Amino acid sequence: MEAFIQQLINGLSVGSVYALIALGYTMVYGIIKLINFAHGDIYMIGAFVSYFMFLNLKLNIFVTLALTMFVTAFLGVVIEKVAYKPLRNSPRITALITAIAMSYLLQNIMIYVVGPEARSFPQIVQNKTYTLGNISINQMEIWLLGTSLVLMVLLQLIVQKTKMGKAMRAVSIDAKAAELMGINPNTIISFTFLLGSALAGAGGLLVGMYYNTIDPMMGATPGLKAFVAAVFGGIGVIPGAMVGGLLIGIIEVMISAYGNSMIRDAVVYLILILILLIRPSGLLGKSNKEKV
Amino acid sequence: MKLFSKLNISWLIITLLGFFAIDSLVYFGIIDPYYEITLVNILINMILAIGLNLIVGYSGQLSLGHAGFMAIGAYATGILTIENQSMGAFLISLVVGSLFAGIVALIVGIPTLRLKGDYLAVATLGFSEIIRILILNMTELTNGAAGLSGIPFFADWQTAFALALICIILVANYTRSSIGRATIAIREDEVAAESVGVNTFYYKLIAFIIGAVTASVAGSIHASYFGVINPSQFTFDKSIDVLIMVVFGGIGSLTGSVVAAVALGILNMYLQPFGALRVIIYSLVLILIMIFKPTGLFGTKEISLAKIFHKNSKPISEGKEG
Amino acid sequence: MKMKKWFFGVMSFSTLFITACSSGRGGEEGNSAEEDEAINIGSMFELTGSASAYGNTQANAVQMAADEINEDGGIDGQEINIEEYDTQSDEAEASSVATRLSTRDNAVAMIGPALTGPMQAAIPNADEAQVPLISPSATDDDVLTDEDGGVHPYAYRTGFTNSFQGGALATFANDDLDASKAVILGDNSSDYATGLTEEFTEAFDGEIVSVENFSEGQNDFNAELTNIEQTDFDVIFVPGYYEEGGPIINQAREMGIDEPILGPDGFGNDVIYDLASEENMDNIYHTSHFVLTSDDPDTQDFVSNYRENFDTDPDMFAGLAYDTVYLVKQAIEETGSTNSADINAGLENIEDFAGITGTFSFDEMHDPIKTVSIIEVQEGEEVGTSEVEPDIE
Repeated sequence: MEAFIQQLINGLSVGSVYALIALGYTMVYGIIKLINFAHGDIYMIGAFVSYFMFLNLKLNIFVTLALTMFVTAFLGVVIEKVAYKPLRNSPRITALITAIAMSYLLQNIMIYVVGPEARSFPQIVQNKTYTLGNISINQMEIWLLGTSLVLMVLLQLIVQKTKMGKAMRAVSIDAKAAELMGINPNTIISFTFLLGSALAGAGGLLVGMYYNTIDPMMGATPGLKAFVAAVFGGIGVIPGAMVGGLLIGIIEVMISAYGNSMIRDAVVYLILILILLIRPSGLLGKSNKEKV
Repeated sequence: MKLFSKLNISWLIITLLGFFAIDSLVYFGIIDPYYEITLVNILINMILAIGLNLIVGYSGQLSLGHAGFMAIGAYATGILTIENQSMGAFLISLVVGSLFAGIVALIVGIPTLRLKGDYLAVATLGFSEIIRILILNMTELTNGAAGLSGIPFFADWQTAFALALICIILVANYTRSSIGRATIAIREDEVAAESVGVNTFYYKLIAFIIGAVTASVAGSIHASYFGVINPSQFTFDKSIDVLIMVVFGGIGSLTGSVVAAVALGILNMYLQPFGALRVIIYSLVLILIMIFKPTGLFGTKEISLAKIFHKNSKPISEGKEG
Repeated sequence: MKMKKWFFGVMSFSTLFITACSSGRGGEEGNSAEEDEAINIGSMFELTGSASAYGNTQANAVQMAADEINEDGGIDGQEINIEEYDTQSDEAEASSVATRLSTRDNAVAMIGPALTGPMQAAIPNADEAQVPLISPSATDDDVLTDEDGGVHPYAYRTGFTNSFQGGALATFANDDLDASKAVILGDNSSDYATGLTEEFTEAFDGEIVSVENFSEGQNDFNAELTNIEQTDFDVIFVPGYYEEGGPIINQAREMGIDEPILGPDGFGNDVIYDLASEENMDNIYHTSHFVLTSDDPDTQDFVSNYRENFDTDPDMFAGLAYDTVYLVKQAIEETGSTNSADINAGLENIEDFAGITGTFSFDEMHDPIKTVSIIEVQEGEEVGTSEVEPDIE
């Protein structure tokens, strides 16, 4: 039993990383129906920005966090303006390819500039471990899970309760109609990217601190998993990303713990496909009948 | 319409001219071994892009799992030709790989093609990863992560050329047949197609299977030409590479896919000396092209002799895009 | 109409087959550098893609070695020119680059690639063009072997083979650590890990109590380690690179697992101390080709030169690639020829090449005959090295 609880905790901490990234994926998708493949790489940039800030400026963690979020938010908005905005009326797949190309670009610029090797992240906060019997949980795990939960609630509030959120929802349903109502879709979309990328930046910093290792390819695997997680939970639905991320983390860990770790990823995908067959729009997704 | 119509004969002549042009260039050493590898790479990519274009461009279903089907063909050829080192075994492996890929596509397609858009994309991505992980784990047969090496070289550029040609003819004819038109109707408006009695699921499935079979053929050539295969060659990234070609050329344009495979192959050749900078330049070029030519190089247009001879050939027999 | 098109297809297909004359992959008598020109040496590594972390350090070291040699007057007065390409961690690309180097760039020797797969794909092109191809780090046992069990005449490596190293580590676990129960934690999608696991399992006298796997790009190993914690064992074998080894050591020690951890040469990068954090680098044993803090003046030169050029400590990959350039230099000097086929003969007969990763010659399978040294790390410090003769075969 203790082992099971410990594995559950392990799963939650893996899952909260996915959730953190999936939140950004799902938000952008919710507004402009774009799978922003570069999202995982913005998270990587966030990790590197905070890394260099810690090393060179030696600021405290909260200032670093704020600055990192600012930088990645700025980057996200610039990417949107330069690469995605011109494609808003193009086939969706064109925008998808652009996002993939953007992801390659960010990765390889970083490989070129900072080198491809893994670096260790400076240990700013002493990582305490709490133990209860044989179960242990450390401070960073709590931080990770806490942050993703808080961010999810915050995002949900922004989207559901604020005026900006109302505008976001309006743009998501029908950008043209929203424009006629006096909403500037460009502002809303920029705001979405700003929010999503700031989140990714924060995620990068937290994960860097937690695992103590960063490299230019670090966004690729979690990015893909987070995308799967977002779809799993119902892409476009904010709590869905959270649920999807945590579930995928837990499933992965449980297969490693009690099944055959060699086929872990295969089983994760199989479960995902089965869920999609039963609920074609993901766990929490609303199934929209296509308009005739 | 006659078999030896002006159109068919013209195409035949053009193809043969192309073949002999390449052949003599090889013979006189103008196409050296280096160009030859580039050529084969282009031909393999051409087959992959055409097959995926049928799925994505014609039936309108976003598939992110093309690499999985390519892996099936590659391993069929690898396993069979290492076992029995003969040209016959290579040809058999082409068929076995295609059959197997077709069956897997059928099994995968029946449940998943009911999914829509991005959900389908994730499901196909998942299946292709499952195929890859199975290959990794069937070590007895596939040698696991280390993969197969020393696969005998039966495929050369001529084989690749011939197979690419067959795939193009197959897919081009398919898209112009009545089933093909029904498939295009699904892409344009699935609901409308359904309401006029098109069994959309059935046509999507056929396109998916044909796409899978061509991917398997490409995999077989890859295995037999390069002699080395391992699971890390058939990841998500490979599927994305093919998708890039399809979109770059024009979704729904076979001419586009052919041109994109050639153009990206040549671009790659010229960028090779740039080392690590190459991928940066490549992604920048891709972004710029997408921004300035969002429908790809060709959109849904095709280069067609029929159009050139349009006075003599009735559009009904060749289709308005043919 | 469909029928007719089909017929057309079959027609053209058969025409192609009938007329297809085999042009084959033509070959000459290798490449030679003109006497008044620079000697071209190819450098083909994984500069981008999944293995870029290992490819870049090697490409850097190759360039650095060439610069050093040129500063000292080149090889018998001739400068070396490094032609560098990126294999993108891809087999087809490696094959294309090897052909480009050997048929276009007049390379008389090629160094790279880092990975087993791209190496396998490049070897036929090297054989065909009769230009030696030397991989510093392709470890799979069968890389250099052709389908009939013979050796590819133009392929070499300067790193350990899996069986050599896996065997040495198992022997060390048996004899020096007195271990009777081992667990293995590796990435089963990496041929490096699976190869080492296989050899270790074969040579280990005790029992392998459990084998845990993780996947590429993973950096949370708590699930696997929690499993391991519940089993009774004496040693953990981690057949991976420092990028995985560091976090594994970190998480294992944080969890309270303090049994010895055994690693392959992939641990040989000092970043592992930061990744694991120094206090956790305790009771760690790993194989190595060279020791950063060695007193050997050549090693010292190499380390300080590398730091100066690239602002970071070299790892064992860099060391191996660096040696490979000097190996080619020695082969050219000994044969007195810049013809690639002659250089190949020179490489085959090279005796006691003294590099920073050890003194070695090639055996009949073109694998280096080296001793394995195993470094012991206690409390964040390297406290000793022991040389092990693996009892394989």
